[in-house]
Amino acid sequence: MSETLHAVSVEVNGKPRSAQVPARLSLVDWLREDLCLTGTHIGCEHGICGACSVMLDGEPVRSCLMYAVQAHGHRVTTVEGLAKPDGSMSVLQDSFCETHGLQCGYCTPGMLIASQGLLNSNPDPSEEQIRDAIGGNLCRCTGYQQIVEAVRLAAKRTSEKTR
Amino acid sequence: MKPAPFEYSRATSTVEACELLRRHGDEAKILAGGQSLVPMMAMRLVRPAWLIDINEIPALKFVKIEKDAVRVGACTRQCTVERDQALAARVPLLAQALAWVGHVQTRNRGTIGGSLAHADPCAELPLAAQVLGARMLLRSAKGVRTLEAEKFFAGPMLTSARSDECLEEINWPSWSWRRTGSAFTEISVRHGDFAMVAAAAQIAIDGDGRCVRAAFGLGGAGGTPLAFPKIAARLVGTRLDDAVVNDAAHAAAAETEPGSDLHASAEYRRHLAGVLAGRALREARERARNQ
Amino acid sequence: MHPTTPPPAAAPLLEEEGKTLSAMTSFRYIGTKRRAKEHPRFVSGRGRFVADIALPGMKHVALVASPHAAARIVSIKTETAIAAPGVLYVLTGEEFCANTDSLPIGVDAPGVTRFALARGVVRYAGEWVAAVVADSRALAEDAAERVEVEYEPLPHVIEAEKALAPGAPLVHPSHGSNVLYHRKFVWGPVEEAFANAEHKIAFRAVWGRSATVPIETFGVAAQWDTGTGILDIWASIQMPKFPDQTARALRLPGNAVRVHYDVDVGGSYGVKRGIKHTVLVGYLAKKLGVAVRLIEDRLENLRGGDMQGPDRIFDMQVAFDANGAIRAMKIRAVDDVGAYAGRSPFQLGKPVTAICGPYAIDAIEYEPTSVMTNKTPQEAVRGFGQSPTNFAIERAIDRVARHLGMDSIELRKKNFIRKDQFPYTIPSGSTYDSGDYHAVLDETLAAIDYASLVRARDEARSSGKLAGIGISSCLEPSGGNSAFEVLMNPKNENTTWMDSCLVRVDLSGSVTGVINNSSAGQGHESLVSTVLGEILERDPATIRVVRADSLTALPSNSPVGSRMAIMLGGAAAGAAKQIKETLIAIAAHNFECPPEDLEYRDGSVSLKGAPEKRLVWDQLVEIAHRKFHKLPAGIEPGLQAKFVWEVPTGGGLPTPEGRIQIYPCYAFEAHVVLVEIDPDTGKPAIRKYVCGHDCGVMINPDIVHGMTYGGIAHGIGAALYEKFAYTEDGQLASGTFMDYLIPSAMEVPGLAIVDHCTPSPLTTFGQKGSGEAGYLGAPAAIANAINDALAPLGTSIEALPMSHLAIWKVISGAREKAAPT
Repeated sequence: MSETLHAVSVEVNGKPRSAQVPARLSLVDWLREDLCLTGTHIGCEHGICGACSVMLDGEPVRSCLMYAVQAHGHRVTTVEGLAKPDGSMSVLQDSFCETHGLQCGYCTPGMLIASQGLLNSNPDPSEEQIRDAIGGNLCRCTGYQQIVEAVRLAAKRTSEKTR
Repeated sequence: MKPAPFEYSRATSTVEACELLRRHGDEAKILAGGQSLVPMMAMRLVRPAWLIDINEIPALKFVKIEKDAVRVGACTRQCTVERDQALAARVPLLAQALAWVGHVQTRNRGTIGGSLAHADPCAELPLAAQVLGARMLLRSAKGVRTLEAEKFFAGPMLTSARSDECLEEINWPSWSWRRTGSAFTEISVRHGDFAMVAAAAQIAIDGDGRCVRAAFGLGGAGGTPLAFPKIAARLVGTRLDDAVVNDAAHAAAAETEPGSDLHASAEYRRHLAGVLAGRALREARERARNQ
Repeated sequence: MHPTTPPPAAAPLLEEEGKTLSAMTSFRYIGTKRRAKEHPRFVSGRGRFVADIALPGMKHVALVASPHAAARIVSIKTETAIAAPGVLYVLTGEEFCANTDSLPIGVDAPGVTRFALARGVVRYAGEWVAAVVADSRALAEDAAERVEVEYEPLPHVIEAEKALAPGAPLVHPSHGSNVLYHRKFVWGPVEEAFANAEHKIAFRAVWGRSATVPIETFGVAAQWDTGTGILDIWASIQMPKFPDQTARALRLPGNAVRVHYDVDVGGSYGVKRGIKHTVLVGYLAKKLGVAVRLIEDRLENLRGGDMQGPDRIFDMQVAFDANGAIRAMKIRAVDDVGAYAGRSPFQLGKPVTAICGPYAIDAIEYEPTSVMTNKTPQEAVRGFGQSPTNFAIERAIDRVARHLGMDSIELRKKNFIRKDQFPYTIPSGSTYDSGDYHAVLDETLAAIDYASLVRARDEARSSGKLAGIGISSCLEPSGGNSAFEVLMNPKNENTTWMDSCLVRVDLSGSVTGVINNSSAGQGHESLVSTVLGEILERDPATIRVVRADSLTALPSNSPVGSRMAIMLGGAAAGAAKQIKETLIAIAAHNFECPPEDLEYRDGSVSLKGAPEKRLVWDQLVEIAHRKFHKLPAGIEPGLQAKFVWEVPTGGGLPTPEGRIQIYPCYAFEAHVVLVEIDPDTGKPAIRKYVCGHDCGVMINPDIVHGMTYGGIAHGIGAALYEKFAYTEDGQLASGTFMDYLIPSAMEVPGLAIVDHCTPSPLTTFGQKGSGEAGYLGAPAAIANAINDALAPLGTSIEALPMSHLAIWKVISGAREKAAPT
């Protein structure tokens, strides 16, 4: 007895992707294993660590808590989709590099998604708001200090550009 | 941690969802935001044969501001409600409760109805619903019925909804007095964790500062969220000075029979219940006075 | 000073062509702000973690775990599981243990064997009993549920002191007791000091079982190639002797195992010693002839991955005078390693290297006991036992201060080893290389503005809160000379703790450094490129760093014990120095002059006083690679150098009293913390946190700071939130992230670090190691702060973690006692 397959069409990082997936295949597993977008990581599979964060229709969600089949008709952005159109790093990605906001890199894609989500709706966040926005993303390497600095720096650099 | 296999249907209307529920009954579960259900399935603690996905039913996603209530579709995302300022003005306790629910990612996907249907006695939305006397509209293939929160929450993770019923809409009553204030507070180990104990309160006062209506409750202190209408009624007519308010808080805590777990003993929870109920009442009172 | 076996002379890297260390301290690249080389791939989601590696035809493993803390396995039925969809094989302990060898244990305990799968008995709830191999992880999990295991529960023991009591159930009956190791070390006139001291205190401090729990679980993929006879392994590994132990357990020659070090490891901080997982997967890959991968899910990781941490009871006694001078200390430490052990008992031995902390205490008695219980095994955790020990010592310091009514800062300063006393040999035989503890503490106090911190605390107190300031001053031993192995097991004479680096300059003149280990975020590529760039005077941005595999690698002992800045940095420097000397020799030969007449600058070599007589980098490279006729005799063609060296001060054996030099270099940290506790709920909050840190010369300050911030966050977790809690029937109660609580950005406050630099005389640039910083002093400081907050209530708390519940119990207990009857 094999599992029923369901057709899905999802826009992933701006590209339409279609597949036939079993219902129980999680969104994160589909992105990683079938689409080979291994930038999104798995840390717990029960919705706590945030390493699996992606944008769903522009808002950060935990992709371990969605089934791929549920993404049908929606837009997903992963860390691979954060770069600028010309392929260069976004201001946020570059800011993480500048402040050393990462070490092992495992939580980093989730952190980038969560912080980009914040900056998209709040271009001048306070430290408290930054910590709250990444409060659902666990990191064991950085103690969060240089991550908060990275988001601050990205906000500052973005506002300087738009002035 | 992969779930056991299941069949899946994406309902496009509540009628379709109810028909699927009628057919698969006890073997089916409704999938809304998934923030509570999917982890349990990943750990294989629940293994429904059928998942009925209601996320793509537009009719379940709405916020309607009415004269005496705000009606919220069951599948409305928590973040939508959190950001709705008109709703916050009418049912401030709901907005306050949401600030404590999980993290940004949780609220971007989690739904109002999903949290209520999951009925975790430590969860914020069930407590707000209990305190405000929210009414749940349940639809099945046989028709609709409404259950008040008191009757809806039946036990830990247990509601009175039948296995063929789907929560469709929640009616959140709003209070008419201008000088109404509310507050929600909780103690959890980390920010965003399940509450060890939560407290919610709403108070209305008249022009002279006398209480004309009060409602308060506790989460995490029993098998369901608890409201204390009798104790709250004793606050009506008083000026809500600290002694009166603290008495009410302690009376409520004394009635509770909380459970024990790794993070909090029953005794600790009962103590927190008294402390937090007092804080919620005092904060609600101050907000009412400042109106 | 106490006699030790004198160690062999350290490798002569101190002086560079007549320049003294002080002249070298104006560095070009070292110590500057540089972006880590590793960043770009990680921020773009192009890291290569083990779960990202897809091998053709790869199969997946799921485990069947014991539900019992102790039980006899009566039977295992696998027929239904094998028949499940997509299943290739179901392996049980009967077959696995007969065909592989037990994993080594560091102490002398031949009766204590360890395999990835249980055979005959299970010894902890979560122990793996069978492994299912299937087309996907989901199908493997489906099939794992169909494996039928019949158990006969046996008596079990969960608590260390109960396991030590007569009549306790034996975790390994063939070992005869639950004691894996016990010894009482007496260094100096301890009894005399206690007899003559004016004051004594005694108390118990408990370090709860926690670990560094990386966000990436352990994973390993293996593939056996029948054509070449090589087993290829990709693993999320941080472990010395990993390829060797894998080969031995699989009964393969060492050169039949090829570990790929170019796998990104998603954090380790000690724990990723997945040797049992690797032998299991290696066995399956070889037997089944397909690539096999095991990625622990979080449930497997927390319960059955064998990566829990120290679980330690300290009974402390201190003898001191009325003026605060500490005369002697007795430390009795009982540590629960769980049901099996690898190197974990050694976590009682490493602290011997800094057993008196930063204090000049002349007499120490240290009595470690390593005990087994029916719990998940313990693994190496950041600091390797030093953080629990620092916690116990610093609690002792604060208690001494309180006993005397003395300010704890004054007490610390009175007892600190003074700057002019270095190198300073402690009673247990290690010599501290350098330090200035008074200065670092003073700078930290100034940075946090101690006077205003005290005011803030007092204001909080008068507003009804509980508030406290906590200080800790601790050492971070660095360099990873694991001489505790020899100290704790006389049958083990392993005194070699080397590391290495290979540097190549290719035909086009590009520089490549090759490192011989995997990394988990420590920035080793940045470290090596910076060091190579410094010595060769070439831009580190142009220097590539790659990793060998275990068949092509030079010997390494992997990043443990805060050793890589010293050992890998030193090896890179040594290799670069050889390249530089070769270039100078080539120029000397071609200019027909002695090397002393030449000057090396930015990769070019010219005649002193006649700079136009110059050979530039590209010309020198060309001679080395292509113009043999211009190459001096005795110089290898090409341009490459390898450097392998022993840890400085290494190679010694212990004296009969157990005195020995362990780690070579000693970094130092001082933490000052302000906490508040809501007296009505017991909820703690950290309000202010400054850490003073001295690890000598920092090669990349951002990287050092980053690891220190992370270490402090780990310490906050251990102090307030994290515990592997067990029920009475031996079940892990905190087996998911809903109950094992890792601090988020909302629990970790803003952190500030104040840097101080006391260079080490033992290393190339004066660098000391620093991978464990922050973690070594944070739990101690937070414990001291919480206790300072509780002091007005006349109560204290001496067990970590100090959870909300634990704090509230202490507060309400104190209030009950104080309440009028």
